[in-house]
Amino acid sequence: MSLHLASLHLASLHLASLLPHPAVWLIAIPAVAALALGLVASYRVAAALNVAACGLAFCAALALLFAPRVAGPFLIVDDLNIVFVVLNSFVAFTTAWYSAGYIAHELETGRLTPLNLRFYHAMYQVLLGAMTLALLSNNLGVMWVAIEVATLTTVLMVGLYRTEAAIEAAWKYFMLGSVGIALALFGTILVYMVAQPVVGEGADGMIWSVLMAHARDFDPVLLNVAFVFLLLGYGTKVGLAPLHAWLPDAHSEGPTPVSAVLSGLLLNVALYAVLRFKLLMAAHPGTVAPGPLMMAMGLGSLLLGGLMLYRRRDIKRLFAYSSIEHMGLIAFAFGLGGPLANFAALLHMTMHSLTKSAIFFAVGQACQVKGTQKLADIRGLTTSHPLLGWSLVAAVMAIAGLPPSGVFMSEFLIVTSAFADMPLLALPLVLGLLLAFGALMVKLSGFAFGPPSPGTAPVKAGYLPLGLHLALVFTAGLYLPPQLVAWFRHVAAVMG
Amino acid sequence: MPNAISPTLVDTALSASLVFDVAHMFAGGLVLISFLMLYQDRLYALITVFALQAVVLAFSVAWQAFAQDAAHLYVTAAIALAFKAVVIPLALRRMVARLGIHRQVETVVSVGPTMLAGIALVALSLVVMLKATATAGALAREDLAFALSVVLLGLLMMVTRRNAVSQVVGFMSLENGLILAATGAKGMPLVVEISVAFSVLIALIVIGIFLFRIRERFDTVDVDALDRFRGGRW
Repeated sequence: MSLHLASLHLASLHLASLLPHPAVWLIAIPAVAALALGLVASYRVAAALNVAACGLAFCAALALLFAPRVAGPFLIVDDLNIVFVVLNSFVAFTTAWYSAGYIAHELETGRLTPLNLRFYHAMYQVLLGAMTLALLSNNLGVMWVAIEVATLTTVLMVGLYRTEAAIEAAWKYFMLGSVGIALALFGTILVYMVAQPVVGEGADGMIWSVLMAHARDFDPVLLNVAFVFLLLGYGTKVGLAPLHAWLPDAHSEGPTPVSAVLSGLLLNVALYAVLRFKLLMAAHPGTVAPGPLMMAMGLGSLLLGGLMLYRRRDIKRLFAYSSIEHMGLIAFAFGLGGPLANFAALLHMTMHSLTKSAIFFAVGQACQVKGTQKLADIRGLTTSHPLLGWSLVAAVMAIAGLPPSGVFMSEFLIVTSAFADMPLLALPLVLGLLLAFGALMVKLSGFAFGPPSPGTAPVKAGYLPLGLHLALVFTAGLYLPPQLVAWFRHVAAVMG
Repeated sequence: MPNAISPTLVDTALSASLVFDVAHMFAGGLVLISFLMLYQDRLYALITVFALQAVVLAFSVAWQAFAQDAAHLYVTAAIALAFKAVVIPLALRRMVARLGIHRQVETVVSVGPTMLAGIALVALSLVVMLKATATAGALAREDLAFALSVVLLGLLMMVTRRNAVSQVVGFMSLENGLILAATGAKGMPLVVEISVAFSVLIALIVIGIFLFRIRERFDTVDVDALDRFRGGRW
């Protein structure tokens, strides 16, 4: 209670200073931009506005780094969620940039109409705002609502093309997502039931920072049950096996920028929700350790993702399964816990977001020039489109974990810490990584090399976002700024 | 806490047991109706049974509102009554007629094993919840155990049905369980907001079915259908 009051006081002190906290900007910018984009008819203006709004949001996220850490009744800014917010708004910004070129092409080929695009841009901002709210909310109920809104907007975006396959994908995503969200709500209600006897009735029982302060007095058994529901519920959104069935469809049928946002951002937001509750569990000594549950689901996803990569015939589905594999790896590392594994997991999450969205940028262009998503019809990209082809090769090499990419470094750290802590579990871990590596190399040689398939139209969308992501990933493999290392190390220590 | 300041009916021993019994009856009724839904083989009948469940839910929520002295819960009860017991069933009926959907509920698993699985799920939720909530009040405990049963039965219905409409009915019944749990948790914030959010979600699902003419299917068991809808894309 006292902590809550103190934080209220802090928040009001802060409001007293004239400029609102950057966290407020981060939520206000997408909200205003979504309204504005719904009114703009010209798609060029809308695309530019979309990029500008995302750029502003990214600036606000950077300002968050230097802003005071607060925990009020509505918003919380702590070391953990800043990592997610900065990463999210950066990838959202570059994706908006990429999307401006991408959608111009979709409009030319008549796959989308100007009205579709108006809807698309407004939804993009709603999605961004909902994800930021989910990350910054201190109220578990609000976090739940925000993740639900984010899911709904992506459902609408996945079904944007209105083909039978797109609607089927959107429906499947909708139903599975709703089940996930329902289980998460049940878990949230249980957490409130656990908290209510200790912190009293009303809103306090849902404020995360209040719960953390009182976690020691909670009933451990009910908290365990709650965590199982939360892990299953939010785990569905992370795409952890066996609840991953929606993910490949949703990734393959929507517009490619949406696939990039889904893989790079939304999966992370859901993972963040799981991590918050993991922290709550860890604050109570009497609960079951949440780690092994996460490790089991993570390892399962990793192995499943690795195996499923071999039989893919659709290029976007291929990389969707690769996302399942990587999210599994990240969940495993967070489950393992400890400073090193947490550090590696944070780094891997960052690298995966950057690399996977870069891959989707390149894949989107490849599909546009070849006019298909079938792997059988995309061949010899390096010959027909050297720049695009080689960037895709570089990105796939990076995601497969070859040095000198940042993914190599984070995977290396995860494997090392697994060997140090639990050598027996490290074996299936390495097996999964090798499986995925082999599959990606086989597929890569197919679409990148050999005689090119027909489709030699020039590439429309720009290379800058793609190049920027790749440069970051490969730089991270060679050199990590000491500030970043110190920051991640600090967050990893907080996570226990 | 509020009770200490303004003693209500709840505080006297006799009415405390009355409060408990009535809440218990409604919650048990919800579980019973979930079972009724499991063996319906006609869509219209299924929709009618769902409407009945919504009515019972509305009574249950209203009773909680009275017992906890929480006026805002009456809003949730009103939403359940107007929206889920009247509007949605009517819309679904119209849709079944207009889209020419099969009147029969197509199941993946036959009724017998489904009912057995349902009984097992209820047993499971009683065992888990009663054990886990040993320290909570009796009313909350029983409510939670019943709510989890309704949630799990709704899930069971979703996975054992093939057509979109009966999957949606399964989802809505799952959601009834969630509302039961949320109203049973004393003083839980955001309950009204959450029930509104769910109503929006359900309205969107129903509109979606109608707009996109989603008639049948969406099962992961029928391999032929899977191949067809993936268009061999994998």
